[in-house]
Amino acid sequence: MSASIRAINDFVVKFANVNGSGSASANEMFARSLLRMGVPVASRNIFPSNIQGLPTWYEVRVSGQGWLGRRGGVDLMVAMNPQTWDKDVASVDPGGYLFYDSSRPIPQSKFRGDINVIRMPLTEICNAAYSDPRQRQLFKNIIYIGALTELLGIDIAVLETLIGEQYKSKQALIAPNHQALHMGHDYARDNLSGQCGLRVEKSDAVRDRIFVNGNEAAALGCVYGGATVAAWYPITPSTSVAESFAKHCKKYRVDPVTGKNRFAIIQAEDEISAIGAVVGAGWNGARAFTATSGPGISLMQEFLGLAYFADIPIVLIDVQRGGPSTGMPTRTQQADLVLAAYASHGDTKHVMLFPQDPKELFEFAAQAFDLAERLQTPIFVMEDLDIGMNEWLCEPFTWNDERKYDRGKIMTAEDLDAGKSFGRYLDVDGDAIPYRTLPGVHPSKGAYFTRGSSHDKMAKYTEEGDAYQEVMQRLLRKFETAKSYVPVPVIKQAKEKTRFGAIYFGSTAPAMNEAMAALEEQGLYLDTLRIRAFPFADLVTDFINQHDQIFLVEQNRDAQMRMLLVNECGIDPARFISVLNYDGTPITARFINQAIAERMTMKSREAAE
Amino acid sequence: MTYILKPKLRHPALPVNKLGFTHRDYEGTVSTLCAGCGHDSISSAIIQACFELAIEPHRVAKLSGIGCSSKTPTYFLGQSHGFNSVHGRMPSVLTGANMANKDLIYMGVSGDGDTASIGLGQFVHCVRRGVNMVYICENNGVYGLTKGQFSATADRGSKSKGGASNMDTALDLASMALLVGASFVGRSFSGDKEQMVPLIMAAIRHPGPCFIDIVSPCVAFNNHAGSTKAYDFVRAHNEAVNRLDIMEPRDPITVEYAPGTTEEAALHDGSTLRLAKLDANYDPNDRIMAMAYLQATAARGELVTGLIYMDKTATDLHANLNTVDAPLNTLVEKDLCPGNKALEAFNASHR
Repeated sequence: MSASIRAINDFVVKFANVNGSGSASANEMFARSLLRMGVPVASRNIFPSNIQGLPTWYEVRVSGQGWLGRRGGVDLMVAMNPQTWDKDVASVDPGGYLFYDSSRPIPQSKFRGDINVIRMPLTEICNAAYSDPRQRQLFKNIIYIGALTELLGIDIAVLETLIGEQYKSKQALIAPNHQALHMGHDYARDNLSGQCGLRVEKSDAVRDRIFVNGNEAAALGCVYGGATVAAWYPITPSTSVAESFAKHCKKYRVDPVTGKNRFAIIQAEDEISAIGAVVGAGWNGARAFTATSGPGISLMQEFLGLAYFADIPIVLIDVQRGGPSTGMPTRTQQADLVLAAYASHGDTKHVMLFPQDPKELFEFAAQAFDLAERLQTPIFVMEDLDIGMNEWLCEPFTWNDERKYDRGKIMTAEDLDAGKSFGRYLDVDGDAIPYRTLPGVHPSKGAYFTRGSSHDKMAKYTEEGDAYQEVMQRLLRKFETAKSYVPVPVIKQAKEKTRFGAIYFGSTAPAMNEAMAALEEQGLYLDTLRIRAFPFADLVTDFINQHDQIFLVEQNRDAQMRMLLVNECGIDPARFISVLNYDGTPITARFINQAIAERMTMKSREAAE
Repeated sequence: MTYILKPKLRHPALPVNKLGFTHRDYEGTVSTLCAGCGHDSISSAIIQACFELAIEPHRVAKLSGIGCSSKTPTYFLGQSHGFNSVHGRMPSVLTGANMANKDLIYMGVSGDGDTASIGLGQFVHCVRRGVNMVYICENNGVYGLTKGQFSATADRGSKSKGGASNMDTALDLASMALLVGASFVGRSFSGDKEQMVPLIMAAIRHPGPCFIDIVSPCVAFNNHAGSTKAYDFVRAHNEAVNRLDIMEPRDPITVEYAPGTTEEAALHDGSTLRLAKLDANYDPNDRIMAMAYLQATAARGELVTGLIYMDKTATDLHANLNTVDAPLNTLVEKDLCPGNKALEAFNASHR
């Protein structure tokens, strides 16, 4: 038997449940109770593409220090699903704890000798207290949460408050839930005392941070960014972006006098139609977006080429999931990079933004509309299931009320009357961004024909090679212009000078932060750069050139960011060492730490020899 | 096909409409379609309809997909913004454009390949969503630009130019439009401008999803014996059920019909639509009957033309979505952005 793990405010609890058993809301309440005690948590749902019956897990990282990525490993397993018992038992760290429903006997061979077992006859307790089968199932979840409050030292009053808030509109449910909570708590107090070495202590480390999921943040960003038209098709894990947009529009965008809507949302018949409507609305001067995932982006390719070639502003929120094909709809990846970067046949390049958490996602989603109209091109906001569908602890959202939307270069009727000459694809200002007019602008000036067929700078159909090339070259220059508008990378210098660098992006950030701190403790120093946008700022190339070796941490199989960096920045592929996690679960700090430590030690040894 | 540029000069005595526009103000560039193409007659009917209604040309947005028919929006309303989009996807682009600005007139021009094959899904869903538009399908039963393949509206048993028989069942777009909720359905023939012009005018004035199927022979690939979309065949089998007139409020009545054979309907701009019934039993306000009638006449080998159906109580997508009166593309920060105070409340509810 390994020494029992003893930890205060620094451990991982994992709940193994059956999908559809009502465990999700109980488990989330558990996570929230720690936040209310001022202890930072990061919670992640690992759920199946299923409504009822398949295995689902909920992992809660408790970190007084504020590490919000997945750490890796499990200190306390709440094993409520017999289907996954073996795997769940195997995943507990030596010296960790296994809490399970001991109502039915489980053979000794199914346990491990190096972990602590906490037995609670949950089904028996439930069956004795409740006769209704649904109640038995639902309250079982609350009973084990009650037991955990006692085992971990969570203030039960906090959970009582949370239950009260949850059932604000169903008062009748509060008392029975409180009762179940206490049933679990009292059993643990009387029978399980001293069996768990993990403790929660009150802290003030949460500060004023908020607990929010990325899809809601993205939707709110679209509201704040002035989106009026949304067209979408249901697809996991992006559906809640559109649903949340509708929810917030109903709250913030209904004219108080007339009761009419300052927004229009359609659920399209497929992703092709969704992006088509967004292209039509963007062409016609509305801020428009769609939310989708990889399979949707695959279907939208033809329209993306049109929007690129015809300079039409649109925004896409891509909530990436495991691919290819249907892939893993309920698992996370960063595997749409190449698909989005060069979407469509022919020569195209598209702008992408990589938010690290819901806070940045809120900001980037709003900013995407400014970028789309400024650059007159599609903007991809590349989030993923990890950010999108999990509640993240992040800084509160803020908005500057003085902020004006950047509507880009739109020529008005007054401009046209004042004698400004209009040619749709003329590069008047030398930044390769042309002026556009909106349909209906003027009785006799400013009309033009938008087309995906080859056109000259006056928007006229042409099959002349030179005229076509002129337009294609301008688009390339415009992509260069985009560099000066998109968010710049975030660079952190190591405490000591180092020839090693690490590059990462998106939802990898929190695990990366923890891994870097751990590596530093081992005396391994790396400068880091977090990419926030494509096209890459020149700073990215500089950073790579300043280091002999760059660890490139990604959540896909083929090192897609590496492909883009090699291709776009002309970098020798040998400079990169890829650290790749693509099993569908969010990358862990331990995984990054281990991969980089091994390689750095090896490289240092090679250098020494 | 002609390469001659249109002269800029205009005859001083050209008639003007009540806005002072001449017919020429509604034209586009010179057509590059084949001489005798039915599509050019349809463009000409659109120009005539807009002239007659005295529409400001720039208040029309014309959208199309890909194909011969989809090229035509360049040949009419040169002062309007146009959008030649993606094959079969005009309906979605038009839907989004309409969502952005409810104040323009949306004219979608498509062909039978664009509408009945690759774009069938978008056509159906755009109509059932109730988008306020005039959707014209220039239907010739054949793929012209790729030189003569059957389209999905080619009748079973009809022959290609090379002599092959089409063994697939034809899709009837007018029936389909009725089935999925078009509130205005017409059918016409590109050789009958007198019928096309008032149909298009009525459709422009109709505040809902309008679909007009216009049989438009392809002189290059589908105008031979054995084709049911050839000029001769259509002329021989065309059965008009009614004749339309659009009368402005003070227009004198110039054509007299026998009592009981006409029906009038007020249009929402104050003009009147007068319908002369050629088939006394046909009631274009009865959707169920219209569907049965199309099936029965098709079984007899007749091509029914005229106003097939009109719902006098039609509404549109914006009514369904309850959008504000101002076009969405005119809203600004104060209309759209809830501001920092609302955000603070949001933050507080997420702690």
